[in-house]
Amino acid sequence: MTAIPQEQTGGQMFMAGLKRTRNTMSLLNPRFMFGLVLLGFLLFFGIFGPFIFNKTDPMKFVGMLYDPPSATAWLGTDNFGRDVFTQLMFGIRTSLMIGIIAGTVATLIGVLIGTVAGYTGGMVEEVLMALTNIVITIPSIVILILLSIAFKTRSLLVMGIIIGVTTWPWTARAVRAQTSSLRTREHVDVARLSGTPTLGLIFWEIIPYMLSYIVMAFVLQLNSGILQEAALSMLGLGIDKGISLGIMLQWALLWESVRTGAWWAFIPPTLLLTLIAFSLLLLQSSIDEIFNPRLRRS
Amino acid sequence: MTRFQRYLLNKAFWFFLAFFIALIFNFLLPRLMPGNPVDAIVGQMATGGGLSGEAQQRIYAAYIAEFGLDQPITSQFVTYVSRLAQGDLGISFARSPARVQQLIGQALPWTIALQLPAIIIGWTLGNILGALAAYKKGWLDRGLFPTSMFISSMPYYCLSIILLYVLAVFWPIFPAGGGYSYALTPALNWTFFSSVMEHYWLPFLSLVVIFVGGQAIGMRAMSIYELDADYVRFSRSLGVDDNRIIAYIFRNAMLPQVTGLALAIGSLVSGALITEIVFGYPGIGSLLFSSIRQNDYPVIQGVTLLIMIAVLTANFLVDITYGFIDPRIRARASGD
Repeated sequence: MTAIPQEQTGGQMFMAGLKRTRNTMSLLNPRFMFGLVLLGFLLFFGIFGPFIFNKTDPMKFVGMLYDPPSATAWLGTDNFGRDVFTQLMFGIRTSLMIGIIAGTVATLIGVLIGTVAGYTGGMVEEVLMALTNIVITIPSIVILILLSIAFKTRSLLVMGIIIGVTTWPWTARAVRAQTSSLRTREHVDVARLSGTPTLGLIFWEIIPYMLSYIVMAFVLQLNSGILQEAALSMLGLGIDKGISLGIMLQWALLWESVRTGAWWAFIPPTLLLTLIAFSLLLLQSSIDEIFNPRLRRS
Repeated sequence: MTRFQRYLLNKAFWFFLAFFIALIFNFLLPRLMPGNPVDAIVGQMATGGGLSGEAQQRIYAAYIAEFGLDQPITSQFVTYVSRLAQGDLGISFARSPARVQQLIGQALPWTIALQLPAIIIGWTLGNILGALAAYKKGWLDRGLFPTSMFISSMPYYCLSIILLYVLAVFWPIFPAGGGYSYALTPALNWTFFSSVMEHYWLPFLSLVVIFVGGQAIGMRAMSIYELDADYVRFSRSLGVDDNRIIAYIFRNAMLPQVTGLALAIGSLVSGALITEIVFGYPGIGSLLFSSIRQNDYPVIQGVTLLIMIAVLTANFLVDITYGFIDPRIRARASGD
């Protein structure tokens, strides 16, 4: 005979829910955790590395052209005789900063345009979506190249904004689709009937319901922002002061480090860019699986 | 006018609108630079030396005439467009007598010869692998998925750099860059052709690998999605032959992949700019790179225009083809 389950108290239900969540989490654990730890490690290296290793000037000359790794320069020197290891730490910083600025700008514009278009509908939606579609069809690399040329000085902030204003349409399109379906929910009607102004309504009644989605879009935008920055830098259109992973690669290519066999000048930034992209992709796809059970496979 | 014609007209309208706006960008942005670009360029040439005062004057006059910088911006735009219509992209700043369309015409065949086969082969292989991983599951899926994931998260230029180092410098199996041996001049003979082929493999390989990874992931996801669809369960319950079901799934999963192929061919010009730079391959990427370093704005503008036309046209063609092959779109276009 099996025991008839007792009516559960709120506390028990909460614990059961928590346990369920933990079970789901442990299913996703390997990929999500691996991505998180990897990204955390890279962030730590970029933010605290310079203080831990007491290497705070990436532009300091410590040797000659392409000195191999040694006790003073752990990963050798670059084409100007600067320490590659120090540059890596600052490079991660710059690359992530530009990625974060670009991701934030793109997500903000995308969410704003997407929610307003999806919620208001009518003429406003038509116009906003026409704008979005046009920006999507014009290849982003063209706008990126032309905008970068138009700015004579390209600071970190300018770079981030340039990338952000070219990559928002994907977010806008997806957010609009979500908003259109959320708009007809009852709680939204209730809020509207009780006189909440449109923007407040979008902010409190619609955005919270697709927050997971927005986070995912942000991670994607962050990733593409970092890679776009590297690509632009390698074309010779990077930030004009400071060091980023892409700029390290640009110098390494220009000064023939690959063909002269100075692997320390190009392998580390290549590897770090790949690791950053890989960790963000792991995070993004595992977040995807949490919310989309069809993608889960045991 | 039928509804389908209206759909076509609508798409054509958006195509031309996007093209026009992109054209304005292309025209305007380099002109927004602080100061007169011509001053900056001629000044730079002068500090670089090697230019006589007379040559400077001549270049300066040529550029001012070229851009019509003394005229109002609207008539500059009209001049720009009417020259474009005749296929004239202007004179290169850095390689002065050469016209932009000549430079692009020399570089473009290299890019197409490198990219087109890489895209087609990578696409085919990737789709087969992705579909197999979704159907067979097991070790193939477990092995293939993380590998493809890692490869396709790797920026394509990173793989190029590593391949160049490993296969051309560390183990010198392939030549380390260039489109052909520097000792040769381009000619239609066997020595030149074999040199070209020898230099072809490495950049080709690096592009194929990246493409396979990306396609495999996409195809796997699409196939899993279709495998789970109701029509598959229903067919199974009816006892429909497995091969037939697979054929259904394949057809449905392929649709977005075909779009992907068309768009990849459209972005062929811009798809591997940096791979070309890494390998020193004499295509559009290398041309763009040297033009950026020399502030050669007419060439940069020519290249961005070319990228734009290719991408927009591919998008447009995909839209039209979809209108033909996908009944859902026809239905939506007619407002049912």
